Amino acid sequence: MVQEVSVREVYGKTLVELGRENPDIVVLDADLSRSTMTQLFAREFPERFFDCGIAEQNMVGIAAGLAASGKIPFASSFAVFAPGRCFDQLRMSIAQPGRNVKLVATHGGITVGEDGTSHHSIEDLSLICSLPGFTVIVPADAIETAQAVRVAAASYGPFYLRLCRPKIPLVYNESYRFNLGKAVTMRQGNGATIIAIGLMVAAALEAAENLSREGIDCGVLNMPTLKPIDEAAIKKAAAETGAIVTVEEHLEHGGLGSKVAQVVARHHPVPMEILAIRDTYAKSGKPAELLRRYGLTAEDIEQAVRGVIKRK
Amino acid sequence: MPLPESGESLSSTSAGDVEAEVFSSRAAGTKSLKEMKDIAKRLRRHIITMIGKAGSGHPGGSLSAVEIVTALYFRVLRHKPQDPCWSDRDRFILSKGHAAPLLYATLAECGYFSVEELSTLRRLDSRLQGHTDCTVTPGVEMSAGALGQGLSFAIGVALAGRLNSQNYRVYVLLGDGECDEGQVWEAAMAAAHFKVDNLVAIVDNNGQQIDGWNREVMSLDPFNQKWQAFGWQVIEVDGHNLTQLTQALDQAKLTKGQPTVIIAHTIKGKGVSFMENNPDFHGKAPDAVQVDKALKELE
Repeated sequence: MVQEVSVREVYGKTLVELGRENPDIVVLDADLSRSTMTQLFAREFPERFFDCGIAEQNMVGIAAGLAASGKIPFASSFAVFAPGRCFDQLRMSIAQPGRNVKLVATHGGITVGEDGTSHHSIEDLSLICSLPGFTVIVPADAIETAQAVRVAAASYGPFYLRLCRPKIPLVYNESYRFNLGKAVTMRQGNGATIIAIGLMVAAALEAAENLSREGIDCGVLNMPTLKPIDEAAIKKAAAETGAIVTVEEHLEHGGLGSKVAQVVARHHPVPMEILAIRDTYAKSGKPAELLRRYGLTAEDIEQAVRGVIKRK
Repeated sequence: MPLPESGESLSSTSAGDVEAEVFSSRAAGTKSLKEMKDIAKRLRRHIITMIGKAGSGHPGGSLSAVEIVTALYFRVLRHKPQDPCWSDRDRFILSKGHAAPLLYATLAECGYFSVEELSTLRRLDSRLQGHTDCTVTPGVEMSAGALGQGLSFAIGVALAGRLNSQNYRVYVLLGDGECDEGQVWEAAMAAAHFKVDNLVAIVDNNGQQIDGWNREVMSLDPFNQKWQAFGWQVIEVDGHNLTQLTQALDQAKLTKGQPTVIIAHTIKGKGVSFMENNPDFHGKAPDAVQVDKALKELE
């Protein structure tokens, strides 16, 4: 059994380490520090932690002011609220001036589960990727999360990191090194390429393994940096395998599938399938039930691969 | 604090004595009252000329805040026009970004860039964008124009100063209509909660917004009490009286443990008869004839 680890907890712990190393690291939250795990930082550095209450717009503005004055602010909330409730603030206070703010949103996607539609974040990647200058990262496991948080802290400019609520399987071992802007080949294959982000990477690996037993040889790419996306890796996958399936815990509008399709259409048109939530809102349910209902399981990926290969 | 009539002193002494006292105690390099009044007039002329030339822009809310910005830049702020990013500078943050022409005119008068550059307002590739853009204009702290964001930003700047043990002060200019935005009140709550006493908000309370008088579009009353209820020290002044403005800014400096808001009662379009209290000139440029007429009034 693969070990499952909370990416949120790793985020909180990494913030504490960064706080010890760099006095300019400051953290803001919008009354969700117990869930986003920024409370770990708050406990050790109360003077550098600002709970802004349930007021995401103001939190983003304060973060921008801190960044403009040389601090490195990490601001956290749920992905449905930031960027959802503070889009114009992200646009004018952070993206346009290129402020050095790190927005780390937890509870991305539908695996928030039973809390239902109001808490499912299925538009956040589209919103944040639309803002010029934002770097967008969706880590696939706890090991990648820890490294991505460190890279965000060390790289100047606006960053958005999307983390999920449940514990998820490790897809890397400790020797892994996150490389900003680079896709990661998780599995080699010639018949098709599955490109995945976040917790769908584990499902993609499971699908590829199952398909190999049917004699279908497909590769898996993890795309942790959603923006700027690794165009070279996508072109290579299209050229070498001739078919692409993308999978993401997000609406089909403006997320991974859209971004990959842009690259494929421009540079190397091949058959594509986009696994994402169709134009709808998900309901309450257990995370696994929701992934099944909205077509985001390993089985769904396998079916999509079989289908896309037929279109080659 | 009740609003004194324009020109009335805040103490028992005569207005002239107060002016003499307020303006004699200043550090070298700052301007006299007479000089500031001249500067204010020049700023108004720049505003009319540049918006007239650009053919679009916001004269009303630029003209109403002239004395506020004059008092800040020529009496209060510690700043270095030759070093706009000086880490210890006092910060002026224009939240009502449509008053960009006023800020540009002021920065030019201070020497951040040449007065000649003002004629490029709103032109393609100009450093003087229609609303402020901090990535291109020296001395502009924040990109504004989407209302309601400046106070939050100012809190962040003020908190950083506190964390860094720097003694700079942060001044943010809001419009009264801007205070319709919920974010302003999120920020008002937070500033008092975090006890940021190195922060002063000034409201250019000209009573009008695009669709008409505030009281008809969206009433802000009781405005003073709202700020008090949010935990702020509130000072009301005649926003065209440089003495009252300077005194209020001094009083704010002495206040510890809470932020201060100065509600500056102003007249939209102040200084140009046909623009005063005329909502048509919120966001409309004067034509050539109107420019001439306005400049004659401002001689």
